[in-house]
Amino acid sequence: MSATEHLHHIGPALVLLIGSGVVFSADLVTPRRASLWGLTLVALVGGFLYALWHATSGTSGEALSGAVVVDEFGLFFAFVIIIATFAVVVASRDWADGREQAAEFYALILVSAGSMVLLAQSNDLITIFVALETTSIAQFVLAGIARDNRGAEASLKYLLTGAVSAAILLYGFAFLFGIAGTTSLAGIADFVGTADEGTRLPLMLGFVLVAAGFGFKMALVPFHGWVPDVYQGAPTPVVSFLSVASKAAGFAIVLRVFYTGLGGGGTFISDDWAVMFGVLAAASMVFGNAGALLQTDVKRLLGYSSIAQAGNIGIGLAAVAAGSTIGPAGVLFFIGTYVATNLGAFIAVIAASQRLGSDEIADYAGLIRRSPLIAVILIVCLLSLTGIPPTAGFIAKLYIFNGAIQAGETWLVGLVAVGVVNTGVSAYYYLRWMRTIVMDEPLEAWTFRPAVATQGVMMAAGLAVLVIGLMPTPLISAAQRAAAVLQ
Amino acid sequence: MSVELGHYLAVSGIVFGIGVAVALSKRNAIAVLMGVELMLNAVNLTLLSFSRFSTAFGPDDEPLTGHVFVVFVLTVAAAEAAVALAMAVLVYRRRETVDLDRINLLRW
Repeated sequence: MSATEHLHHIGPALVLLIGSGVVFSADLVTPRRASLWGLTLVALVGGFLYALWHATSGTSGEALSGAVVVDEFGLFFAFVIIIATFAVVVASRDWADGREQAAEFYALILVSAGSMVLLAQSNDLITIFVALETTSIAQFVLAGIARDNRGAEASLKYLLTGAVSAAILLYGFAFLFGIAGTTSLAGIADFVGTADEGTRLPLMLGFVLVAAGFGFKMALVPFHGWVPDVYQGAPTPVVSFLSVASKAAGFAIVLRVFYTGLGGGGTFISDDWAVMFGVLAAASMVFGNAGALLQTDVKRLLGYSSIAQAGNIGIGLAAVAAGSTIGPAGVLFFIGTYVATNLGAFIAVIAASQRLGSDEIADYAGLIRRSPLIAVILIVCLLSLTGIPPTAGFIAKLYIFNGAIQAGETWLVGLVAVGVVNTGVSAYYYLRWMRTIVMDEPLEAWTFRPAVATQGVMMAAGLAVLVIGLMPTPLISAAQRAAAVLQ
Repeated sequence: MSVELGHYLAVSGIVFGIGVAVALSKRNAIAVLMGVELMLNAVNLTLLSFSRFSTAFGPDDEPLTGHVFVVFVLTVAAAEAAVALAMAVLVYRRRETVDLDRINLLRW
């Protein structure tokens, strides 16, 4: 394989990373003149087209000595991540332009997104580590980019938790490498497939440490401590990026490592990791929803809600490990719908908080009369987060729960019961917010509407939530194709 | 008595434990970072000793992988420390403290 072909295999990620360099240099050469926003969008469209090229030209297989692999799974996440980043960037224009750090904001978003795309296609512990840390470090800076008190605090907390969990993850990687003698996921899979009981304990130690490290990225309890603080303290556009793209990438790599590397259902350790993810999922749902009940700040509420949602995906991971055949596709489908839903909710919050000048739920009173579009999108997305038909969230939850029941383990049925109860609990705080939006008297009379581009992505996200809810088949079959690669 | 894999793993395990204890118990942001550095160095020692001693390596394996991994870990750790110190300076300028108990605008 020639050097160009190797680079071709990481094309989408490269386009985004080069785009980041271009944005930075454009700002250096022509300070405050170039449309950094436009350049960023061009880079994202370029990355999207490159991924599309991969998909249509049938590019596949390993490159760079097996460090990365191009497959349906990686492409699925490349599309999800790039589309989500595109929407976030479109909606952030009002917030970012005119700030001193606009160039840094756009450049770091691109670095982070590019490394996430690389993360989803990486196939080797070293690549995973480097890609993961590149996205994380860019996000640490992004969280504090506004340089205000709260942002700085959020950034420092995010960074310290992130650094500790990265070190724990690495310790796990070191053990996996030491036991299997290779850093390639395929090599580790071969080793696990033929290993005997004697290696069970060191393997368990390795994957518990790895799960702890990834738990931070996925925001599963007990590694969720940073979530509410960062969601509340960091600028809203950055938070929306974290909550969709970063989370999708985190789950992508967990699926890849645990499913490809450590073996889905059927290896001698799969029961262990099924139980582990089951416990984490239950804890995340319970703590996430309990924390959200008391919140008055919308971003903090969405933070706790994202912990609970991660718990739902955790049910899917447990089902995957227990050998459910529809489990992996269920997880991918859930992530796809979650990204659309949370994007819609966050873009609505970005647009609203810009004008309201507040993130308090009380200030959303009567939003439906002040800005009907924002209110309607927000309500659609909140319904989807609750899991009420005909929205995408309903189908996604159904799919995940179905996968868990299909695995045929009694304790998984119990886990689903916990999930259903938690859906009921979550309805309380989502509906309370919706009631404030619809029923309460507005505090002020003046109305507002967001910028045209923001309206566009907001409506696209809201429509996606409804369309996926009514016609889930295309996304489901895409998820199934992507999941088939892992088997 | 010869020094073998187990000894190295024991040392790195102890160093990692000390790192975790420091990172979790210290209330000063810089001290937490020192704990993280200890953890990362313990990881490096683990990687190197596995690379040198592990029996899992067949004749076709590349034992150098562990060494390469360590170089990446060092590089990333340096980048992380740079950002961390910059953030600590930013927080210190605004709040005149890097005590994590007193950096508490965001809670509940």
